[in-house]
Amino acid sequence: MIGNDRVEVRKTHKLFVGGAFPRSESGRTYEATNSQGEFLANVAKASRKDARDAVLAARTGFNSWSKATAYNRGQVLYRIAEVMEGRKDQFISDIQDAEAVSAKKAATQTDQAIDRVLWYAGWADKYAQVFGNTNPVSGPFFNFSIPEPTGVVAAVAPQDSSLLGLISVIAPIITSGNSVIVIASTASPIPAITLSECLATSDVIAGNINILTGDPAEIMPSLASHGDVNALDLTGITDSELQKALQIEAAGTVKRVRSAPVNPDWRATPSLSRLRAFTEVKTVWHPMGM
Amino acid sequence: MSSLDNQPLANQPPTKQPHKTQSPTSHQGLHAFLAGLSGVDQVGAEARAAALGTRSIKKESKMWAIDTAISMVDLTTLEGADTPGKVSAMCSKALHPDPTDPTTPSVAAVCVYGDLVPAAREVVGDRIHVAAVATAFPSGRASLDVKLLDTKDAVAAGADEIDMVIDRGAFLTGNFGKVFEEIVAIKEACGDAHLKVILETGELKTLDNVRKASWLAMKAGADFIKTSTGKVAPAATLPVTLVMLEAVRDYYAQTNTRIGVKAAGGIKTSKDAIKYLVLVNETVGDAWLTPDLFRFGASTLLNDLLQQRQKMLTGHYSGPDYVTID
Repeated sequence: MIGNDRVEVRKTHKLFVGGAFPRSESGRTYEATNSQGEFLANVAKASRKDARDAVLAARTGFNSWSKATAYNRGQVLYRIAEVMEGRKDQFISDIQDAEAVSAKKAATQTDQAIDRVLWYAGWADKYAQVFGNTNPVSGPFFNFSIPEPTGVVAAVAPQDSSLLGLISVIAPIITSGNSVIVIASTASPIPAITLSECLATSDVIAGNINILTGDPAEIMPSLASHGDVNALDLTGITDSELQKALQIEAAGTVKRVRSAPVNPDWRATPSLSRLRAFTEVKTVWHPMGM
Repeated sequence: MSSLDNQPLANQPPTKQPHKTQSPTSHQGLHAFLAGLSGVDQVGAEARAAALGTRSIKKESKMWAIDTAISMVDLTTLEGADTPGKVSAMCSKALHPDPTDPTTPSVAAVCVYGDLVPAAREVVGDRIHVAAVATAFPSGRASLDVKLLDTKDAVAAGADEIDMVIDRGAFLTGNFGKVFEEIVAIKEACGDAHLKVILETGELKTLDNVRKASWLAMKAGADFIKTSTGKVAPAATLPVTLVMLEAVRDYYAQTNTRIGVKAAGGIKTSKDAIKYLVLVNETVGDAWLTPDLFRFGASTLLNDLLQQRQKMLTGHYSGPDYVTID
């Protein structure tokens, strides 16, 4: 019999690590609320141990993702956009709940987020031509510089823009071949959880993108000092003291650090600075004419 | 009449016997003894191993465990592509696993193919042991003469530990006498070198067989019994090692002779290694927590132990960038 006596199917909001959806190993959850303070859902509260597991997964993911061809990386990014497009309605309702905005504003943010993925998908096999160069040298060498991915990046997504901001942090990091561990907006984590379900079905290599929900102030210090994390993106860190502390921790292992931007406008077309931030320049001296 | 002929149908023979290596005149006693070993409760063994694996090891104990585990590693390379250069590099790492920290202990031994023993000996001198795999490793499919020559050759080249494989085909067809005599003959060919007998538990299939093979090897004169070659999956597992340790414990109770155990293959993380140390301590006691009586056959395990050691000392997590790639 179908009717109102149907058993309710409730969702457990979990982490996204290594291509799987684990609960926090600590078993903790926290309450996600909308901007009016009304209860939305219980969300997994990641621990430092979850973050370390994510580093392991990200390193494994990096080893295959960084070897994928630029063309293939572009295809996978495009695939993410495709799958997000099919989940549009869910994103819109998630954003509406989380940010207490109108359906129209939520739809605009969703469209922009999908367009942002597409924008970076296009750059995947083009940024190297922009950042790279052949260099004139005095000697019988063909000398050229090319950008290579930095490695495993730990990022904090912006607190206010729950989907567009998150995408704007993740996409440039992975476009160049890096892996990312991103801590979603603490206040509005549910769009990030829906995104993780898109990523799981988008040919994204397991471990390449790992999404944690929880408190950056708790998780980030151990990632900042972790020897197997190569760079930090502190975009969502609003507390300047915490930002400073993380920068000091990161110095111990000489990490690349991108600080939090001042009043970012996520709707504007981005520059290539985020893409450039997590690449390393390799210069090759190739003997010739000898 | 062999002393084996008097064994009762249990794994607790009442008479104490010396650690004998001579071949019995008939294998009836051996068969009767092995048939009389009580069966292994597989579910019980797995539950026991799993329960011991959940022990929480706190900071100071963990530091001790990591250093002990490092000192128990047989750093191994057994690839067709091994070269003297690769073996030399591995031997340098075996002596000084973490060049940035001289307090790191050396490993117990390096384990290589017989023809690379000279290359290993040249680097390690007599500072650590050099183990060679012999007897047509890893399959063991060769005649006894070939196996004996293989063994003598490795010993002459400077190996002071020999890792032999048993003839699993003979064992599984019930020809225990052949397996026994082969171990006895190899032991004799080893001279002063220590003999580790590889049971290749992945091919023995049942824990009952593991128990039988353990007793067979110990009675034939093994100094160590070793789980696996590392070439067959599953390699070392906690339940298999538990059964072997129990056999070693019972053998000690009867003969007062301590036989070593080597867990080899598939142990990749410090966490796994510490589980094995707990298993050893709880099964045979802390007398076995020494490189003379317990070893890990491993290659990637060492790097993880070093990373965990760095974590304990510096307080932050290390990564593969901070250890050498073998």
